[in-house]
Amino acid sequence: MTSSVVKIRDLRVEYRRDSRVTQAVRGIDLDIDRGERVAIVGESGSGKSTVALALLGLLPSSGHIVEGSARVADVELAGASERTARRIRGRVVGLVPQDPTVSLNPTQRVGHQVGEAVRLRGVPRPLVDVAVVEALTQAGIDDPVTRARQYPHQLSGGLRQRVLIAIALAGDPDVLVADEPTSALDVTVQKQILDHLDALVRERGIALAIITHDLGVAADRADRVIVMQHGEVVEQGPALDVLAAPRHPYTRRLVAAAPGLSAAVAPQRAVAETPVIVRWEGVTKHFSLPRGSIEPTVRAVDNVTLAAHAGQTLAIVGESGSGKTTLLRIALGLELPTTGRVVFAEQDLTALDWRAARPLRRRFQLVQQNPFAALDPRFSVGRSIAEPLTSFRIGSRAERRARVADLIDLVGLPTDAATRRPAELSGGQRQRVAIARALAIQPELIYLDEPVSALDVSVQDQILRLLARLQEDLGVGYVLVSHDLGVVAQVAHTVAVVQRGRVVESGAAADVLGAPQHQYTKALLSAVPGARLRSDHSSREVVVP
Amino acid sequence: MTVTVLESPPTTDFDAVPSGPAAAAPTASLARTRRPVGALLRRFGVILALGIILFAVLSAVVPQLLATYDPTATAPLDRLLPPSPTHWFGTDELGRDLYSRVVHGSALTIAATALAVGLALVVGLTLGVLSGFVGGLTDSIAMRIVDVFLAIPGLLLALAIVTALGFGTIPVAIAVGIGIVPGFARTTRAEVLRVRTLPYIEAARAGGASWTRILITHILPNSWGPVMVLAVLDIGVAILAVASLSFLGFGAAPPAAEWGTLIANGRNYLVTAPWVSLIPGLFVAVVVLSLNHLSKTLEEVQR
Repeated sequence: MTSSVVKIRDLRVEYRRDSRVTQAVRGIDLDIDRGERVAIVGESGSGKSTVALALLGLLPSSGHIVEGSARVADVELAGASERTARRIRGRVVGLVPQDPTVSLNPTQRVGHQVGEAVRLRGVPRPLVDVAVVEALTQAGIDDPVTRARQYPHQLSGGLRQRVLIAIALAGDPDVLVADEPTSALDVTVQKQILDHLDALVRERGIALAIITHDLGVAADRADRVIVMQHGEVVEQGPALDVLAAPRHPYTRRLVAAAPGLSAAVAPQRAVAETPVIVRWEGVTKHFSLPRGSIEPTVRAVDNVTLAAHAGQTLAIVGESGSGKTTLLRIALGLELPTTGRVVFAEQDLTALDWRAARPLRRRFQLVQQNPFAALDPRFSVGRSIAEPLTSFRIGSRAERRARVADLIDLVGLPTDAATRRPAELSGGQRQRVAIARALAIQPELIYLDEPVSALDVSVQDQILRLLARLQEDLGVGYVLVSHDLGVVAQVAHTVAVVQRGRVVESGAAADVLGAPQHQYTKALLSAVPGARLRSDHSSREVVVP
Repeated sequence: MTVTVLESPPTTDFDAVPSGPAAAAPTASLARTRRPVGALLRRFGVILALGIILFAVLSAVVPQLLATYDPTATAPLDRLLPPSPTHWFGTDELGRDLYSRVVHGSALTIAATALAVGLALVVGLTLGVLSGFVGGLTDSIAMRIVDVFLAIPGLLLALAIVTALGFGTIPVAIAVGIGIVPGFARTTRAEVLRVRTLPYIEAARAGGASWTRILITHILPNSWGPVMVLAVLDIGVAILAVASLSFLGFGAAPPAAEWGTLIANGRNYLVTAPWVSLIPGLFVAVVVLSLNHLSKTLEEVQR
């Protein structure tokens, strides 16, 4: 830990487009030593990714370093030519990109893509294959020889992320920049990947910069944390100190908003005895696979029996591919189950056709995962919210307008929102619009499909609070589908854990999350980032406002 | 540390307050891509293209305002004069003013083009929406028919249809129109398929909207963009096809002027008086290029 590999001094970066200047980074200092792990945290727009790009000399053409210096291994990157930056990239600084699903070339074999990075290092041609296998092994891939011959689509998300790590490692870099390396992965896979990165840093003395919005990851995996807001560093220091006892109000707000950071299991409200509103009875759903597959069908949902109570929240938890969204789509009537039935308010929904189910349909609604695609870009917000009212022919034009105004007020949108287009709103605001739309016809139950996974933590927190408040005020029930145990712990009364289409555990939230019985639930809980901070809390007994 | 989330008073503050910069970022990038129409009108190329297209349309609607001579008045003494201040495009073998003939020729050519594209739009959109929206067997049948049409070169198909229907402007228009239907059907279908799977369609469905309502309020408006770009581009293609067919003699009968027949007339004088063919030909080329430029600009605006 003698010299810093990364030295950033008073760095200022601006984006200029169409004569408008945006200051993305406003004078930050940052040193990273060999073998040190630094987490740069902040919400979208805080400038954390810009810092990473500056370290790689990869700022887009509209981005300019206007002041200060960014030195990596004693090479100045501020104002450096493309040639200088290219010498640094790969050899000195490696990048682990954010989204493994789109960061690999789908038409080239994995080995070839790793080989590109290996050749850059100057490895002679005959030795490239050996070096590729070595890099894949180091990235923790079993059977690297077979994997090298496969195409990206044949690999799972976790394996693809490992391939990206292998590419980043192939140039034998001194610095590794990981830009949200695991935000697209399931928690258990995330844990493996991060464990592996940790080991690499220890063994090879690489300086690691993790760019993340997940404070749990920062707490678990970093020695030092740098909190950025509006392009400035608002707080920095040893990870546990900063996150356990944040001094800056922004950090405090982030920490308070982060689900599952303080405790994996939040104390839940007691489960009151209310009637069952929707029931899945022995629901099984098969999807047929393309001809030539080994199995003719895949069982997305396998004999699931579940119930949600009126005015309460049932959370369905599982990783991607567990069938949780399919359960939701079946309950909404968008998908028909292969066997079994869904009973809503004592009426068999699956036996009714679309027209006959229409009266029932007024009583449940949906809020989707991605607020950026859930609203028709051509509709004004008011028109979007009024859409269910128009569909069910409720009220006159004036009455609808009044109802829309009420709803906009109810979900905490600005009063003039009705006339705006979705493109003018932030993600959180759009999700509020989607919630208002779902509430328009006063349903008894709302299906929430990963309602906050596309949002920043502090916005997540606001939306979850809004949902909780609406439940208290209106007595509406929720069925929440989520992969995030922190979110689930915050709002659920009852929890069902699904794995490969089966419910492996279900019951009151406090029981399932507090005293998990099934192996899978335990694995999920232990993989939630932030464990280090939680154990630290219990030993320090620090109370954060 | 305690979790104070649910106990704390309900907040009504809205997202923009705490996440100010986060909110600003996506909006700013959107503002950049969605350039206002006003800014486009300041681009020289767009103005020029619009001007040329406007001229062509005006000449089709009110040729007498733009023409400098009677397009059918012959003047044997002035035959085959090169372009000059008195005869801007020169004169043809009968001494008729070429500029006036081009202007008057617009009427037939543009009418044929409009008819062709209109026909292609109606048939292509219907086919595309039908197969994209209904899917299944309807989709397969409609698309196989479209494939058959796609397999035959457009001009050859038009030639065959004109031969079957007989000569004249309207048969030419119908033939050209049928030739460009497949492109519209394919594009519309692709767009409808794309929009159909978007979350807001599912949301509307969950909100109780019927398929008809979703089709009219969501799918059509949101899949219209690329189809419109193709329509503008295909006006150019149709002009070329109409001109080609009339060049081959399938269009209007001799005294009436059409861009294609004007070009055909000059063939015999290519060496001695090249402008008789070249200038109408260049005029057609400029109009088509303008349409291409406009369609490209429209595509950029949408992105």
